[in-house]
Amino acid sequence: MPLKTLIRKEFTLELRRKSVISGLMLYLFSTAFICYLTFSLRQNQITPLVWSALFWITILFTVINSVAKSFIGEKKGREIYLYSIAAPESIILSKIIYNAALTTLLAFTGFLVFIVLLKNPVIDLMYFLLILFLGSIGFASSLTLLSGIAAKANNSQILMTVLSFPVVISVLLITVKVTKNCIDGLDRSISTNDVITLVAINCLVTAASYLLFPYIWRS
Amino acid sequence: MDVPRLNIVNETVRALYFHVPMWFGMIVLLAISVYYSIQYLRKPSLQTDISSFEFAHTGTLLNILGLVTGMIWANYTWGSPWHGDPKQNGAAITLLLYLAYFVLRGSIDNEDQRARLSAVYNIFAFAAMIPLIFIIPRMTSSMHPGSGGNPGFNMYDLDSKMRLVFYPAVTGWILLGVWIASLRVRIRIVHEKLANLEHE
Repeated sequence: MPLKTLIRKEFTLELRRKSVISGLMLYLFSTAFICYLTFSLRQNQITPLVWSALFWITILFTVINSVAKSFIGEKKGREIYLYSIAAPESIILSKIIYNAALTTLLAFTGFLVFIVLLKNPVIDLMYFLLILFLGSIGFASSLTLLSGIAAKANNSQILMTVLSFPVVISVLLITVKVTKNCIDGLDRSISTNDVITLVAINCLVTAASYLLFPYIWRS
Repeated sequence: MDVPRLNIVNETVRALYFHVPMWFGMIVLLAISVYYSIQYLRKPSLQTDISSFEFAHTGTLLNILGLVTGMIWANYTWGSPWHGDPKQNGAAITLLLYLAYFVLRGSIDNEDQRARLSAVYNIFAFAAMIPLIFIIPRMTSSMHPGSGGNPGFNMYDLDSKMRLVFYPAVTGWILLGVWIASLRVRIRIVHEKLANLEHE
């Protein structure tokens, strides 16, 4: 079955049960709102560093929750059906592409909510959006395979968080660092190396998922 | 044997013979563990599964030892055991990664599935670890010698006397780790065989 059909299937399924995506949006909004309420009267205490920490924590947990359901929620019968009609490589690629779209959407929405509630300290906006985009792809590509692993184990939800933290941390470290540069409005050439590394990590992780997924899919 | 006199570091420079070889040993053991995981995925067998698990186990032991010796050394030279140095953080995250690997193994009941999934996670985690301990620390400033504009140790070690101890120490720690791991593998295999005999 071609890749395009699989991607379209993911999107149609998602749009058909709107409860999941609205649930995720609500999760994002509630987390941002908690941040806002905690600081409500002391908005001036939100230094750029605090802002970036709050922002990335919110994005990270929303994204882990959203990607986790890509395999954990699947019904047994549907998996067997998919197994019989599609190659595992195209399944993982379609899931990664779909998850990348979803996490990018969530990250951009999160940024909007943060702007509304907690001001916008970012000076170099375009570069920050680029990092947001690359970071979302990184999260999606590293978490999709882990979701497949966690779905097979007993306590999937806890395991998902435990397994994903050490793997996404390298993406997170780079995004946090470049976010700080964007907030300070530093020259773009300073962050070029980090952006290249981020792209390299994305390629590495996607390639590893592509190669390894057939083995977990078989069971 | 005499060691070079350096400010602050003084005699503690001898920790070089323990601290650094432990990390070499850890990398080698974890790489062997990944090798066995790949072998397992190519051709599943009990032997390769146990080997990859035990090599990861011993690698984690060396990781903890490396962290502890580093903390003791840092306590004397940098003033306190934990500094949030990029390499320190990278090592701690590596530790978390392998602890997650053990948790994963613990939470799957089916033996075949456990072996296969943990092999996949082992390879994936090792791939994700490479930028964490080899690339990112080199891009940020670190208090470790040889990075962030700090001179490496070989600059002071003019007569290369320390290498006389250092290289054998590296070999020794690697071989010690491999030896411990292979002993554990053999014990595990004997255990499995005994369990099978009791079944019959």
